[in-house]
Amino acid sequence: MIEINKSKIKIWSTIGQRATFGMVAYEIANKINNLMVLTCDVSTSAGLDRFRKNFPEKFLELGISEQNMIGVAAALSNENFKVMTTSFAPFQTMRCCEQIKVNLGYMKQKITMVGLASGLVLGPLGYTHCCIEDVGVLRSIPNLTIISPADGLELAKSVVASLNHNQSTYIRLTGSSNAPIIYNKDYNFKIGKPVVLKKGKDIAIFATGSMVKVAIDVSKRLEEEEISASVINIHTIKPMDTSIIKKYLKSKLFVSIEEHNIMGGLGSAISEETSKIGNGPKHIFCGVNDAYLHHGDYKHLLENYDLTADKIIKKIKKNLKVRS
Amino acid sequence: MKNIEKEINDIRNFAKNIRISILNMSLNAGANSSHFGGALSIVEILATLFSSVMNIDGKKLIKDRFILSKGHACLAYYATLSEIGLIKKKDLLTFEKNNTKLLGHPVKNDKIGIDFSTGSLGMGFSSAIGVALAIKKKKKPYNVYVVLGDGECNEGSVWEGALSAPNLELNNLNVIVDNNGFQQTGSNKDIMNLLDLKKKWESFGWHVEEVDGHNIDALNKIFSNVKKINKPKVIIAKL
Repeated sequence: MIEINKSKIKIWSTIGQRATFGMVAYEIANKINNLMVLTCDVSTSAGLDRFRKNFPEKFLELGISEQNMIGVAAALSNENFKVMTTSFAPFQTMRCCEQIKVNLGYMKQKITMVGLASGLVLGPLGYTHCCIEDVGVLRSIPNLTIISPADGLELAKSVVASLNHNQSTYIRLTGSSNAPIIYNKDYNFKIGKPVVLKKGKDIAIFATGSMVKVAIDVSKRLEEEEISASVINIHTIKPMDTSIIKKYLKSKLFVSIEEHNIMGGLGSAISEETSKIGNGPKHIFCGVNDAYLHHGDYKHLLENYDLTADKIIKKIKKNLKVRS
Repeated sequence: MKNIEKEINDIRNFAKNIRISILNMSLNAGANSSHFGGALSIVEILATLFSSVMNIDGKKLIKDRFILSKGHACLAYYATLSEIGLIKKKDLLTFEKNNTKLLGHPVKNDKIGIDFSTGSLGMGFSSAIGVALAIKKKKKPYNVYVVLGDGECNEGSVWEGALSAPNLELNNLNVIVDNNGFQQTGSNKDIMNLLDLKKKWESFGWHVEEVDGHNIDALNKIFSNVKKINKPKVIIAKL
């Protein structure tokens, strides 16, 4: 459905996940007759201006009214349209949380929701626009799939896969423009199936979205210190793949890295699985420590919430020493 | 003339049967269940729609559509679906019993003609907007009928929907506001005064009619007349 080549992968990385979503929607528009894209006055922010102009019959502007949008979207899907909705992550998820519960969870009507600029990237705009709660909130609603793509290619694959998925999907977009490339060529993506990016024998690092690159950097630098780390990209946070947790259960340490509150997100989802199995290793939760504390730009927030390779390496070393 | 008399008489009988079913279901469910006030207040609306106005193509409900946004009035809805043969009479008595299909708020169920789970107020209205839009996109001539409560009009999302339908030019959408004047814990006036509902809807770009919500003759005429009007329509059904 999507043509994948080197130049596109480079463009997607340059423009970041939001604009990539717009490009992907544009590319699939001609291939899906019954596609509808619904927005709440965010078409520019979602990179959808070209889509809006060229496919007006497939574009629906609902104004700034997320609750109504979810109801309308779900009803369209009930009438056999393939529906994608988008707004900034807090408004796409929490503003219309109960509509998501009733229409998508309870009634199982099937749409794809795309949460723009989730995590901390909109730091300068304040925590009204940051989103460190979406995964936690949505994870508690049955019949929803939650995906946080690591780069543009994974986002493209998530969008296409979600439209043929058997339940509603929330795609959480993180990171800024000039984003790192995780996959420089086509690869096998399947909803619910994590990707092992690096094999190691000492510790297991689980990461999602924008933090996958940080996890890779951490593992490379740990190698210099003779600590061998696996890096696992958990693009699908719900449903969580239990087998991957079991596979790494003998690691000396679990590390989860996410641009989200440490409560309710990726780390929580992993630890729920390890607790069920029992005998798991100690687990370091890297994320926002349940606070709206720091104020400033993306880089400033990542540093202050210890979401940099330097800070994470320090934590890992400290914990490994404690164990030895 | 005789045909119209027969039509009205048929609706009256339909309404009478709904009322009997509502009372039977309520009695059977026990004292703590059943929002039967809210149900009794929409009987003539549903009877007129299902017995006369809507193109329901036998039992399939795939042409004109109906959504009960004020889901707590489901006793009237279940009784109506029973009258058109989608719910068996004996099944009505399973209302709110364990393992029933007929809970205290409607649950989406294709087999008995319920397209949407409602009960969380304001949501069925947005569903109706989506369905009306889908029908227009498919270029079908069908109408969508959605019943809202007046208390339900306290919800902010109702006014998001009210703003959107005229913008989307949904001339196939018909809202009936059951303006019985009461909500959960008191009168509309005491709880949250809606003031002039007619003016409100008109100012949002809707064609508005006011009618006695229990006058079958008047309801039947209005539903028929508004079909020609090229705007989304609200019928405010007074007590």
